[in-house]
Amino acid sequence: MSEMPGDLEYTKEHEWLRREDDGSVTVGITDHAQAALGDLVYVELPEIDQELDAEGEMAVVESVKAASDVYAPIAGVVVAVNDELADDPERINTDPYGDGWIVRIKPSEALDSADLMSPDEYQAMLDELDD
Amino acid sequence: MNKISDKLIFEKSRAGRRAFAQAPAVDGASDIPERFLRKDRPRLPEASELQTVRHFTRLSQKNFSIDTQFYPLGSCTMKYNPRACNALALLPGFAGRHPLGPETHGQGFLQCMFELQEMLKGVTGMKGVSLTPMAGAQGELAGVAMIRAYHESRGDHERNEILVPDAAHGTNPATATMCGCVVREIPTDSEGDVDVDALKAALGPKTAGIMLTNPSTLGVFERRIAQVAKLVHEAGGLLYYDGANLNAILGKVRPGDMGFDVIHMNLHKTFSTPHGGGGPGSGAVGVNSRLLPFMPIPVVGAVEEDGDTRYRWLAEADLPQSIGRLSGFMGNAGVLLRAYVYMRMVGRKGMERIAEFATLNANYLMVRLAEAGFELAFPGRRASHEFIITLKKDARAYNLTAMDVAKALLDRNYHAPTTYFPLLVPECLLIEPTETESKETLDGFVDAMIAIVEDARNNAVSYKEAPYTMPVRRLDDVKAARQLDVKFDGG
Repeated sequence: MSEMPGDLEYTKEHEWLRREDDGSVTVGITDHAQAALGDLVYVELPEIDQELDAEGEMAVVESVKAASDVYAPIAGVVVAVNDELADDPERINTDPYGDGWIVRIKPSEALDSADLMSPDEYQAMLDELDD
Repeated sequence: MNKISDKLIFEKSRAGRRAFAQAPAVDGASDIPERFLRKDRPRLPEASELQTVRHFTRLSQKNFSIDTQFYPLGSCTMKYNPRACNALALLPGFAGRHPLGPETHGQGFLQCMFELQEMLKGVTGMKGVSLTPMAGAQGELAGVAMIRAYHESRGDHERNEILVPDAAHGTNPATATMCGCVVREIPTDSEGDVDVDALKAALGPKTAGIMLTNPSTLGVFERRIAQVAKLVHEAGGLLYYDGANLNAILGKVRPGDMGFDVIHMNLHKTFSTPHGGGGPGSGAVGVNSRLLPFMPIPVVGAVEEDGDTRYRWLAEADLPQSIGRLSGFMGNAGVLLRAYVYMRMVGRKGMERIAEFATLNANYLMVRLAEAGFELAFPGRRASHEFIITLKKDARAYNLTAMDVAKALLDRNYHAPTTYFPLLVPECLLIEPTETESKETLDGFVDAMIAIVEDARNNAVSYKEAPYTMPVRRLDDVKAARQLDVKFDGG
């Protein structure tokens, strides 16, 4: 059973979002995603100030099994990246919702919750995938 | 911890030892100017003939290969390589031929290459074949480069998008990117076919083409290929056929008849030349009439002269729109010769039997494993030459992953199937038995699979440490990727 904090929102691409007090949004991949990928060996991050399109490629995570694109869940500008991941990609495996965060984005428009899932909705999607 | 006990040949070296059988014939005299001669002796190991023979024989005994074990590595077509191909390709007239020798001295070789081109055209339904790409990846590169050259030649400069199904080999998007194209991924539907609605949505004035593997990496035949071809052509794009799985349809269905404009063939897979470990390979490309002017060179042409057929190289002057040379001479000529002999030996009917038995073996194995309780990724579909099982339930319930089963198979004397590919199926094994295996071998493999899973389920046997009997135990592939170090410091 995947871990899934209740104060986050989720996407169908297995990313999580946390709305910060300053209006920015922190993004990472879910516990389910890191478990499916396996031990990560490399993470490619975007540049600070890079503009992201919604659903455009934002980062790449590579494990011994596979390399996967991470898509921007929202359009916006990159305001921070987790540089620690360059030397320590396994932070995503050990703490996907904490030290394993990937980017912080300043959204270019208001977040539409209709595109995002609550923890319960995301869990329901995972259950369906498991069948 | 893993233990590799054998020393390198460099570590066995002792000054003054010689192996005369392997020593080069050097008489001291040379017409090479003094300034080009090296001053220091090369750092070569010094070992006796017996030491050398033992060293390399022992290394070869550690090989897990098609010559020693069943090798059902999905998408790799590890079939038996007939010894006759090797023996004939090594005839002195072939092996001693100098690639810069005049055409008149190599008519036999050129004739073989010409006939190989013709046979490949026949079996794939294409209008032209170039044998020059040195490997599958280079064949792909040639294929997409030809698609680009075609659009450019028509002034159609905006077409730079290559569509790639999400089931594709990773080389497809890599190739498209290397050719300066933008990759658009097309999803697969729940039965393993291309999602046609998503394809329609992706097609447009920027579409350069689509790269398809058929049968796909999911081990199923793309049933709507005629519709896919029509849609892509109507949008102005071209169809590229990835020949990785050609073995399944050889002599039965031709990519040219399915509507493909360009294909690459892995002669080292389908036409049975030794492969694995990085080469040498052969990624021959076939094209339809639209792409003929763009073929990579050299190609072998035939001219009728006084009732005789003469063969000659076609190069820049003959194909001025060619995408260029991909190899100095003629690809990996030895591989091409082996493929030529193989095709000559099996013949037209034999090629059909290859596809029939490759498919029969895969379906037999699939049904037997399904009956034994293994979960198929696409239970509603007939297998092509390969199929996928998923161990996701065992992974969850018994902590028995696809990798554990793969490693445990080694201890039971079977090479592992392909693991964790395609990426769409969790905890998967992609199994390709090929046509050259007997029923007894297939049954033995099924028994081994059953025994491994039963041990994990009923006897709480853990395979986390497997393999136990191999020269190298379970590798720490995470550490190897994070701290890559392949340098040899000693010697």
